[in-house]
Amino acid sequence: MMSVVEKLVSEEVEGNVVSDVVVRFAGDSGDGMQLTGNNFTEATAVYGNDLATFPDFPAEIRAPAGATFGVSAFQIYFGSEDVTTAGDEVDVLVAMNPAALITNLDDLVNGGLIILDSGSFTDKNRVRAGYSSNPLEDGSLDSYRLISIDIGKQVLEAVKPFGLSHKFALRCKNMWTLGLVMWLFDRSRDITIDGLRAKFAHKPEIAEANVAALNAGHAYGETAELPTGVEVYKVPKADVKSGLYRNITGTEALAFGLLAGGQLAKVPLMFASYPITPASSLLHTLSSKKQFDIITFQAEDEIAAACAAIGASFAGSLGVTSSSGPGISLKGEAISLACATELPLVIVNTQRGGPSTGLPTKTEQSDLNQAMFGRHADTSLPIVAAATCADCFDVAIEAVRIATKFTTPVILLSDGYIANASEPWRVPDFDEYESFPVQFATEQEKFTPANRDSETLARVWAKPGTPGLEHRIGGIEKSFETGDISYDPDNHQKMTNVRKAKVDQIANYLPDQKVSLGSESGALAVVGWGSTYGAIHQAVKRCRTEGIEVSHIHVRYMWPYPSNFEQLLKGFDQILVPEMNMGQFVDIIRSRFLIDAKRLNKVSGQPFKIREIEDAIKSLLESSS
Amino acid sequence: MNAEEKLTLKDFSSDQEVRWCPGCGDYAILKTIQKLMPTLGVPKEKTVFVSGIGCSSRFPYYMETYGFHSIHGRAPAIASGVKLANPELDVWVVTGDGDGLSIGGNHLLHVLRRNIDLQILLFNNEIYGLTKGQYSPTSQLGTTSPSTPNGSLDLPLRPCTFAIGAGARFVARSIDTEAKHLTSVLERAHAHRGASFVEIYQNCPVYNDGIFDYIKDKKTAADSRLILQNGKALTFGDDNQKGIRLNPRTMQLDIVTIGEDGVDMDHVLVHDETNKVMAQMLAELKGPKFPEPIGVLYCNPTESYEADVYAQRNQVRKNLGSPDINALLRSGHTWNAD
Repeated sequence: MMSVVEKLVSEEVEGNVVSDVVVRFAGDSGDGMQLTGNNFTEATAVYGNDLATFPDFPAEIRAPAGATFGVSAFQIYFGSEDVTTAGDEVDVLVAMNPAALITNLDDLVNGGLIILDSGSFTDKNRVRAGYSSNPLEDGSLDSYRLISIDIGKQVLEAVKPFGLSHKFALRCKNMWTLGLVMWLFDRSRDITIDGLRAKFAHKPEIAEANVAALNAGHAYGETAELPTGVEVYKVPKADVKSGLYRNITGTEALAFGLLAGGQLAKVPLMFASYPITPASSLLHTLSSKKQFDIITFQAEDEIAAACAAIGASFAGSLGVTSSSGPGISLKGEAISLACATELPLVIVNTQRGGPSTGLPTKTEQSDLNQAMFGRHADTSLPIVAAATCADCFDVAIEAVRIATKFTTPVILLSDGYIANASEPWRVPDFDEYESFPVQFATEQEKFTPANRDSETLARVWAKPGTPGLEHRIGGIEKSFETGDISYDPDNHQKMTNVRKAKVDQIANYLPDQKVSLGSESGALAVVGWGSTYGAIHQAVKRCRTEGIEVSHIHVRYMWPYPSNFEQLLKGFDQILVPEMNMGQFVDIIRSRFLIDAKRLNKVSGQPFKIREIEDAIKSLLESSS
Repeated sequence: MNAEEKLTLKDFSSDQEVRWCPGCGDYAILKTIQKLMPTLGVPKEKTVFVSGIGCSSRFPYYMETYGFHSIHGRAPAIASGVKLANPELDVWVVTGDGDGLSIGGNHLLHVLRRNIDLQILLFNNEIYGLTKGQYSPTSQLGTTSPSTPNGSLDLPLRPCTFAIGAGARFVARSIDTEAKHLTSVLERAHAHRGASFVEIYQNCPVYNDGIFDYIKDKKTAADSRLILQNGKALTFGDDNQKGIRLNPRTMQLDIVTIGEDGVDMDHVLVHDETNKVMAQMLAELKGPKFPEPIGVLYCNPTESYEADVYAQRNQVRKNLGSPDINALLRSGHTWNAD
């Protein structure tokens, strides 16, 4: 891949125009890199580029300064064509200290641009990062373009008029650096400036010092003599569908989707959760949306969170509980209770690297087996998976729809990558969404808690407070006819059958599985689910540009599958399933459909690179030709 | 509900056959509660019984109200969800010593601390009945059971001490077969807004028969129980000639005999339900050395959690705008692409 500088000096581009760029900001976990990245993202979105981001931060909140394990990074890929991943290689690396440089340099393309804070390259910091000699002097950076600036010194000068202490003044380093990068890509500083003034409304001197640092970084770019070829780059606006846009993270979209689903179902929500990375932000987001018909509850543990949600569903709200892998394990017994009592419930799993504590801030898709099979007894339940940040909105609505229509727990799979990442979203018109109002039972005649809808097989939802419908539910097996306790052998078989049949036939109410890209049959389909969408999409697109016959199928309904799913898969000679786990979906496809599907697995805590999937497509087709 | 329609015990009895062992203390408690319910003025449809797992947790099946027989130890969490979702419901939790204090100890602690408006009835028989007789967290030291054939080695928990320590604002104790006393305690628990905790001494005739005989037997009852009445002196014994005194030197409660050693009624403590220190000391009294307190140990109401949750929501809603999804989707920075 060409670097920005190479792109710029090559003959194919006119002036200093580049089609797409990957920038990574890296520094100590206390350096404000996530904030810097988010501000740059806002400015880039407003500029009109398509973009995708990848915040990658350590589990430690404030790791010791200068430590390699404390490096926090924020990557953004932006360009004039459709961008669906945060990019494979980095064009511009901003390194606030030696640890940030040493841990990120491998991802920088040859000839790429490094912007670094030379003031942080002290002997102590260099040794701490693991450098035996000074990379600024030993020639190891010769194959890159280097902008080496003592940012601390520049910042202290810029914020002098505001009389901040040395410590507070240096905290403006990230804004100075942001100013320089904004200059480099011709971004507007207005939103950042408005944001700083709003954030520090009660500390105007801090706000103005940050603004001054931002402007000084920008001015530095304009006036300083930078290496040859480093000047303002233009990235043309993306040709996107017209309309109103915003940036959205997966967590926000999921929160909004749950609230929207509640309104479409005309049912209050009760969100009960227990803090766990990376799922907590959903609790935070919903806790500040009290204008909606929602109660949020931070329970004493994961089990209590699941149980409180189930209690709320019994009482006539829709219970929603949320966690990440290990927390979902703790909820397992309660989820089976919801299966047995056939109450609606939504369980959100924002997956992270595992097992056990694993990699709390890194992403993985390794809880599919848990969602499918991770409970005692025969407890089939519907599973939906979100593919992108924006997709979380629609998937959350689907989860609410399925849970309430079929009175069943539903597992929604997201992951740490889409939860934290952001992308521009063409804001939908909520008025165009079809409502699916819940029908609570009120009719006393012939009422039993075992009544079910003859078509959907949903059990009746009769909420306490309704006169004449007093009834008891519970975990003990119940009579199919009356809902009373029953230990009858035939009845248990019948109840197990009906609970399974209810979930199986949800397939009849799902839209057909579509092909995201390419034809509906052929030599090869790459079948994905969840957050691998972006990388698969780009890989398939690149292959197709080269004339390779390959399709992309991306699955939202992970259980049950849409009715046409098996037929669709069987229309391809080969199936390749890339997953951020050791092959959970591919094994289900193999065992369920007896298809010799091939696997591509990665569990490094990092999303797939486009190239990794592209290579797998080509090598599979080569080996089979 | 029409005030004219008087409900009776029968209205609160479900059509399910009661399946406890003959002679189980749970029968007496069930009868008392079915009799009490029509007098509380709460419609059947607004009453919910939630339980966990264990003998006592079968309770909801026998009540003609809404009911949820849930999973082991989790009744307080399920009930919290019910009450938070609909604060108008009158929610009762039925649990036991194993369910509430062993597997579900954490939930019981937090539901009491949070002060959610529930009546929590803990049937204490100091044994695991449904799993066939293992010792429980309230079993006396040295209890022999299938899992402790040579006697249990761990110290028992005192449920009322636990409840007060957890921050409960209403803590009381009663006895399964004493319908009148149990009724009066349950009336108080029901009237209390917030989490009310009631320990009920309950006999298990199969696995732990007779463990409460000392306090139930008419011959020994006077000396082995301390009947609590707010504002009344803490006296007991046949002629109420014995009293409880705070020994200022040991900072502990002593038994004194009125009229002996210069002790008169002024030396005897007067029960104050709002005094948490006194409640904690009373909860620690254990036979045979001391009489065991029966009645309301502690009652000191404060606003309940779910009331605060809704009040806070109403308060902050004033600044949050209308519940408009389209407005929510368009909040923050937006831009137009042509």
